[in-house]
Order: sequence, then structure tokens, then C-alpha cells
Amino acid sequence: MIGNTPFVVCMVLVLLGLWALLFRRNLIKVVIGIKIVENGVNLYLVATGYVRGGIVPIYTYAPPDAAMVLPTPQALTLTSIVIGLATTALMLAFVVVIHRHKKTLDGRKVTELSG
Amino acid sequence: MNLAAHAPILAVAVPLLGAFALPLWAKLRPSLRDLWLVLVAGATAALTVLVAVQVYTVGIQVYTLGGAWPLDTLAPGGFPIRIVLAVDALSAFMGLITALVAVVGFAYAWRYLVEDEGKTLALTLGTLLWAGMLGMAFTGDLFNLFVFFEVTSIAACGLVGYRTWASRGPEAAFKTMVMYTVGGLFVLLAIALLYGEYGALNLAYLARQITGSVVDRIALALLLGGLLMKAGAVPLHMWAPDAYGEAPAQAVILLVANTQISLYALFRVLFTLYGGVADPAIGWLVVALGTLTLLVAALMAVVQMDLGRLVAFGAVSQIGYMLLGVGVGLTAIAARPAYGLVAIQGGIFHMLNDAVAIGLLFLAVGAVEKAAGNRNLANLGGLGHDLTWTTGFFLLGSLALAGIPPLNGFASKLMIYQSSFLLSPILSALAILASILLLAVFVKAFQGAFLGPKLSQPKPVPVPMLVAMGVLALGVLALGLFPELVVRHLVAPAADALWTGRDLYLRAVLGR
Repeated sequence: MIGNTPFVVCMVLVLLGLWALLFRRNLIKVVIGIKIVENGVNLYLVATGYVRGGIVPIYTYAPPDAAMVLPTPQALTLTSIVIGLATTALMLAFVVVIHRHKKTLDGRKVTELSG
Repeated sequence: MNLAAHAPILAVAVPLLGAFALPLWAKLRPSLRDLWLVLVAGATAALTVLVAVQVYTVGIQVYTLGGAWPLDTLAPGGFPIRIVLAVDALSAFMGLITALVAVVGFAYAWRYLVEDEGKTLALTLGTLLWAGMLGMAFTGDLFNLFVFFEVTSIAACGLVGYRTWASRGPEAAFKTMVMYTVGGLFVLLAIALLYGEYGALNLAYLARQITGSVVDRIALALLLGGLLMKAGAVPLHMWAPDAYGEAPAQAVILLVANTQISLYALFRVLFTLYGGVADPAIGWLVVALGTLTLLVAALMAVVQMDLGRLVAFGAVSQIGYMLLGVGVGLTAIAARPAYGLVAIQGGIFHMLNDAVAIGLLFLAVGAVEKAAGNRNLANLGGLGHDLTWTTGFFLLGSLALAGIPPLNGFASKLMIYQSSFLLSPILSALAILASILLLAVFVKAFQGAFLGPKLSQPKPVPVPMLVAMGVLALGVLALGLFPELVVRHLVAPAADALWTGRDLYLRAVLGR
């Protein structure tokens, strides 16, 4: 049971982020909510690759019979972090433009499009 | 170099690299940029067609990145660790749709976009979106599905919101981006769950291993949610009318193709990945979502006064027909293969018909906006006096979308009505009702914008835009007059790939 703690913590992070996404009106906080979800997912990915007592997965440095942590989830997480950077930058750029036009960040007040 | 063997990866790499080179050419001279775009788009379309011809004549095309040989999918030990592209008939079919839409869109954009209003940006992002869509269609492993999903998300939202001098575009883009990003994270979480359980990312390998455990079901629910968000199915459709309404017309038809690619990914997950543990309850869920989508979107279209948003809700409702067709197929195919197959064929054929017909409508709306200066039905009227061709194209597209014979929407909708009638007559009644609603909506829009007394003198529509619309209009007519040919040669193999072709797909990638 105790071995599942990291996964549970990641899921709690994901839910917290979704809560922020749904119930916060400030657009910056919405972006922060998305970032929290993303970090929860990234941590989950890293946690899946954890091997107890494992070492850095660099083949040439490892002693002959050492257990290594899985490298694939780490590669995936790196990719996902880079993608996350791009999406966050783009979203924040849109927030800046919206603020320039409307002089507010309140999600309810900026809405022109509905129905 | 054997071009045919390397065509799948080249079809993704050429537009990806070509897109990033576009702004550099534009710095030198806009005409060089246009020449480069023609080269890149021509090469990509040719490569996509080459891949499709190979798939339809020879069989599933597999390409391994980083292997000594393109067919080396397995590492020593029989375990697929490399990145694999696997193109079967359905992927090739989707590739052809994106190629058609992109080429028509670029031809239209030539005179539609204005040079100092970010034309280079729009063309670059459009090419990038095309590359992402081809990647999603061709990839054979889950993680690259996620990567290309995000490539299309970023490019699509850039296209919606790049016109930052207006306030509506960025607002629509922000909404869209939130939905796409959350959808992408759901997909990533599902991938992490599946990786944690089976230690693999290769779609075919996972499909062999999957047992239908609780974790698998959670992953399926997350994949369903994430991909439906991107496909714009009700109740996750909020972004779609905003994005379709605010993006420039040539980008909207790419966005429509993008929703279809997400549906393709969904079908790939439902049939290929989870085909071994298929559950009729999932099929019913897809049917319910499809019916809800087509009905709610058609009802929402009735009250719209903005021509762009009106057509946008029509586009959302078409997603419902595709979901309905394939959902009926998923529910019925195990018990009654013949009916299930017709339903899947109907759903897949409707993708092509929708891309052509709704594409034509969106391009016509763009032409109206360019000619008359606005899109509000309250201010439009009498455009039919001057814009003869655009009027005809709009009428043709709206009749096709409402499912009037002998146009193409009728051909695929009839297949969907027939097969969903078998599952429950109520389903086909609701589907027909939504079509009738759409017809009413389009009659209202047509009457409001094109008929009546002349209100003002519209500017003429440039010839390249008319040619682009003409190509799609020919498609509407040809697909409606000869549906048998298209279904037999293009759609039937694509539908087979989902169900009976599953083993072939797994064997092509895993070699056993």
C-alpha cells in the first residue's frame, strides 16, 4: 500500500489542478491549474519508472550487476515538459492579448463569444 | 533510396521542416515563400498519395525510425522499443482527407489572406497543422500520438488567435487552448497508466497485451474524454463554434479536418487497442454521445445570427453523425458483422463528405465576409445578385450537409440511418430530425444572406478563392453521384481495417 503513495499524490495533484481550472475565474489561475495537472501527470510518469535502489540509467557508468531505473518514462517526461512549456507560453500570450483588449482578467467579464 | 519505403516518414517530415522554413523565405521575398509553399504542399500531397496507393494496393506500410531497416520494428528479444509508423487503409484515408483539405485551403488562402495581416504566420501554422495531422494519422505508438496531438493543438490555436489586433480571436484561441491542453493531458495520463501496467508504448504490442482490467478501463475513459474534447463532441464542444467562427476561413477547414483526425485516433483506440476486450457498453456510450452531439448542435444552430457561428454548429453536428455511425458499428459488429460494417462505412464515408461539404460552406462564408465586410445575418441580404458563384456554392454545400439527394451528404447519412435503425428506430428518427433542423437552418441563412433586395454593392470574390470552392463543389457532386465507387474502393478497405483488419495490423507491426 505504502508503495502506491506517489501515485496517489500525483492523482491528488491532478484533481487539485482540475478544481482550479473549473472554479477559478482569473485566467492566469486557470493556466496555473493546467500547469498543476501537467506536473501531476509528469510526476506520475516518472514514478512509473522508479526501481527501488536503482541508479541513473547510463549504461557505461553502471556497475555490472546494478539495477537501473527505467529511462523511457524519463524521456517521455522530458518531452512532455517541453511541450508543456510551449502550451503554457502560448496560453499566457493569449492572456496578455486579452488583457490588453479588455483591461481585466476575470473570465466572466472578458467573454464576448457565447451561445 | 527507396522512396516508397520511406514515404510515410517523409510525408510527416517534409511539411514539418517546410513550415519552419516558410518565414525565412518570407523575410527574403513573399513570392519566394509562395513558391516554397507550392513545392512543400505539392511534395507532401504527392507523398501522401504515394503512401495511400501503396497501402491500398500492397498492404499495411510499416516504418521504423532508428532501425537498420524500415521493417525492423522489433529490438533483439522481440520487444518493440523503437518509434514505429504504421499506415493502414484508415490512416491512409485520413491522410488523403488532410491532403485534399490542405491543398484546397492553401489555394484559397493565396488571395483570401492579406499580406500585412499575418499571411506568413497563417501559412506557416497551416503547414505545421497539416504535419501534425499526418503524424497523428500515421503513428503506430501512443506517445507519438500525444506529441502530434500537441503539435496540432498549438498550431490550431495559433491559427485561431494570431490576429491579435482583434479581441475575439485571442479569446476563442484561449478557450480552445484550455480544452485542447486538458484533453492532451488526459491522453498523456492514460498513456502513463498503460505504460505503468504493460511497460510498452507500441499500439500493436499493447493491443496484444491488454486484458481489460480496471486500470485499462480508467485509461480508456481518459482517452475517450481527451480525444472527444479535441473532436468537439457535445458536451465538450464549447470551443468549437468560437474557434470556427473566429479563425480565417482557410484555417477553419483545417480545424475541421483536425477534429476528424481526433475521431480517427479515437476509433483507432476503440477498435485496434481495445478491440480484443470490446464491450457493447462502450459502443452504446459512443452512440449516446453521437446522438446528443448531432441533436444539440443542430438545435443551437437554429438560434445563431452570425453566419460563421451558424455553419460552425452545423460542423459540430456532423461530428455526431460520425460518432453515431461508428458507435453503432462498435455495438453491433460482434453480433451482426454485416450491419456493423455498413455502419462503420457510413461513419467513415461521412468524414470525407463532411470535409468536402462543410469545407465548401466555410469557404463560402469566408468569401461572403470578404465581399460584404461582415457576417451578421441581420445586416446581410441580396448578395445573390452579384456573387453568383458563391451563392451557388453555399446552396450546394448546405443542401449536401442537410442530406438532400443526390448530393454527397445523403449517400453517407443514408448508410448511417439504415444501420442505426437496426439498433433502435429512435436513433435514426433523431438523426433524421437533426438533418431536417439543419435544412431549416440553412434555408434561413441562405434566404437571409443571398436572397432579397440588394442592400449594398459587395466587392468581387477573387478567382483563386472561386477555384478552390469549385474543386470542393465538384467533390460534393462527384461523391454524391458515384458513392458506390468511392465506398467500394476507398471506404470499404478503411472500414475493414478497423475490425477484420485488426489482426493484420498487429501482425504487420509485431511480425507474428
